[in-house]
Amino acid sequence: MNTIPMSYFLVLSAIMFSLGAIGVITRRNPLVIFMSLELMFNAANLTFVAFSNAFGNANGQIFVFFVMVVAAAEVAVGLALIVAIFRARGSIDIDLMSSMKN
Amino acid sequence: MLIETITSVRILQLVSWVVFFPLIGLLINLVIGRKLGERLSGGIASLASGLAFVTAFLLLVSLNSNPEAPHVYRLAEWINIGSLVVNWDFRVDTLSVTMMLVVSGVGTLIHVYAIGYMHADVRLNKDPERYTRFFIYMNLFIMMMMILVSAESYLMTFIGWEGVGLCSYLLIGFWFEKGKDGVGNAIAAKKAFITNRVGDFGFLVAMFMIFLQFGSLDFTRVFAAGTPTGELGKWVVIGISLFLLLAVTGKSAQLPLFVWLPDAMAGPTPVSALIHAATMVTAGVYLVARSAPIFAMSAFGPDAVAWVGTITALFAATIAIGQYDIKKVLAYSTISQLGFMVAAVGMGAYVAGMFHLITHAFFKALLFLSAGSVIQGVEYGHHHAQHVDHHVEFDPQDMRNLGGLSRRMKVTFWVYLVGALALAGVAPLAGFFSKDEIVTFALGKHPVMFGMLLLAAFFTAFYMTRQVWMVFFGNARTEAAEGAKENPPVMTVPLIVLAVLSIVGGALNLPHVETLQHWLERTIHGVHPAEFSFVVAGVSLAVAFGGILSGWFFYGRKHWELGQVDPLKKLLGPVFTVFERKWWVDEIYNVFVLQPYKDASAILAEPIDQKLIDGTANGLGKLTGLVSRGLGLLQTGFVRTYALMIFIGVAAILGYLITR
Repeated sequence: MNTIPMSYFLVLSAIMFSLGAIGVITRRNPLVIFMSLELMFNAANLTFVAFSNAFGNANGQIFVFFVMVVAAAEVAVGLALIVAIFRARGSIDIDLMSSMKN
Repeated sequence: MLIETITSVRILQLVSWVVFFPLIGLLINLVIGRKLGERLSGGIASLASGLAFVTAFLLLVSLNSNPEAPHVYRLAEWINIGSLVVNWDFRVDTLSVTMMLVVSGVGTLIHVYAIGYMHADVRLNKDPERYTRFFIYMNLFIMMMMILVSAESYLMTFIGWEGVGLCSYLLIGFWFEKGKDGVGNAIAAKKAFITNRVGDFGFLVAMFMIFLQFGSLDFTRVFAAGTPTGELGKWVVIGISLFLLLAVTGKSAQLPLFVWLPDAMAGPTPVSALIHAATMVTAGVYLVARSAPIFAMSAFGPDAVAWVGTITALFAATIAIGQYDIKKVLAYSTISQLGFMVAAVGMGAYVAGMFHLITHAFFKALLFLSAGSVIQGVEYGHHHAQHVDHHVEFDPQDMRNLGGLSRRMKVTFWVYLVGALALAGVAPLAGFFSKDEIVTFALGKHPVMFGMLLLAAFFTAFYMTRQVWMVFFGNARTEAAEGAKENPPVMTVPLIVLAVLSIVGGALNLPHVETLQHWLERTIHGVHPAEFSFVVAGVSLAVAFGGILSGWFFYGRKHWELGQVDPLKKLLGPVFTVFERKWWVDEIYNVFVLQPYKDASAILAEPIDQKLIDGTANGLGKLTGLVSRGLGLLQTGFVRTYALMIFIGVAAILGYLITR
């Protein structure tokens, strides 16, 4: 079990996080953005778990549960918002949501 | 029982009512005055002033049997900061009660007169709505004057001092939209107010120095402090007396601040009589008399006061000779007579000064009110004249337009004659005794002062004769004067009362009886009784008759014709022009004070304020706007841009933390 080096987890996590970030910044569909966000959460979760395992400390794993719960709640709120915006605007293209400008 | 009551010392506690009665009167008129109608509104104002007089009279009776002066009554606490303690204390002593009686007594008569005068005046000026406002201001004035004279501290006196100045301003500018170019009256009011400010500055500085030196502003404590020892204290006291003198020159229209008083004649005539002749302008004389202990400590303060008064007395008298406006003559005469009073109090003749203040209040109020009666009589004649082009400006105050009024306005003529003779100092009228006392004192003080005051008295008799002849004798020179009509009793009865007072007023302080002397001695200690001298009395009487005779010589022998040159001008030439043009004092002030001040203001206003200060403020505003517009470009409205910003920000912070 302990044969996989720590750096592998961290590199994978960094790749996942970067992919998620690029997704958030470049995509116009909020659903895809949410998915990218989830990717970022999970990248963070992966590091938590990896460090927890490496140091033999359960705190990191408990934190992961918290992150998952909060993420689920956030997605619920976010999806509700998207539905509301779609009803009001007929579109959910994120670039059209710029009424705050000026 | 009644006598016991009114002579008891408890009566003195009523003193605050001399302030409250006018206050109640003005409040009634302020709230419901317009609904009351003219007679009731004016009647309430007169009653308020009259009740203040009754109160003052009760104080007089009570004070007479309770001589242990001064009595101080506290109405309320006011200021209590560290060692500065000032309360609303009323001071009842012989000096303050004397002033209260003069103010409310003459004030009440003028209120009654004004009921009739303002009735015509508001119609002439086409704004009857303003009738009540006049009486509100008048009651406010009486109230402020009462605060001034009944105060127990310099600060409270100052409140009254400023209050009467405010009323003066409001009443000079009563017809503020009238006058030359529609702003003449407003400018006159402003001039009075600003000139008085210069004097008020003196009062304030004097107050600061008094507090510094004596640690209190209360009269009782300041006067009890005694002469300060040491070189510094000596100079502080001299400073106090000189700054008080500055205050006096402002309020009592002495050189060099007298210029506002002639212009103040823009106010309605009862105002000229009450404020600018009988009461307010004598506040300066009262202030010096009240501060007698301070002046007694000061080295050359009293001499400065005496010389300022003497020079003013002569200077203003010369100007009065060359004036044609009936009220302007009286205005310069007032300045001159105030000079007599100031000279008297400066010489230490406090009683003589106060005596002249009282008699002058009688006869000068009488003269002004009679002049008002003349003006209104002639206005009436002007309005009913047949062959007059009413579009041409007619000045009923210009004596060259009058003449022959003695037949048409009999009452006014006789009371005017009484006032003029009293002012000229003809025995046994009131003015003779008071002026004689001052002149006698001057002889003992300085022969030059004596000579100047006698010369001023000569001019006084001369210009009053000139005025009486130009107004009342000869032929009516215009149709308006032809048709002049006597005024109703509401105006003439106060005139008759004042005329009687002008005749018998001298009895207040007859030589060797000296009622006023003994009365005031209880408050102002160390005043020497006047030495009545038949020689001086004879000389001053001779001077008065000399003035009258020479006045008759120039103006009485031949009737004045319309458009003629003043007979005196033919004789004196340029000298008369100097008098006529008032020594060019206004022009000199304009060149040396006003114009530099206006230029400095223009520089401060245009380049400094508009360009520098406003430029800085507006520039800062513009800079902020520019910066925010630049920053606003960052707000694109695209969520993804914001997200990118956040990532960059986080990356930057983390990068900094890691590489630190």
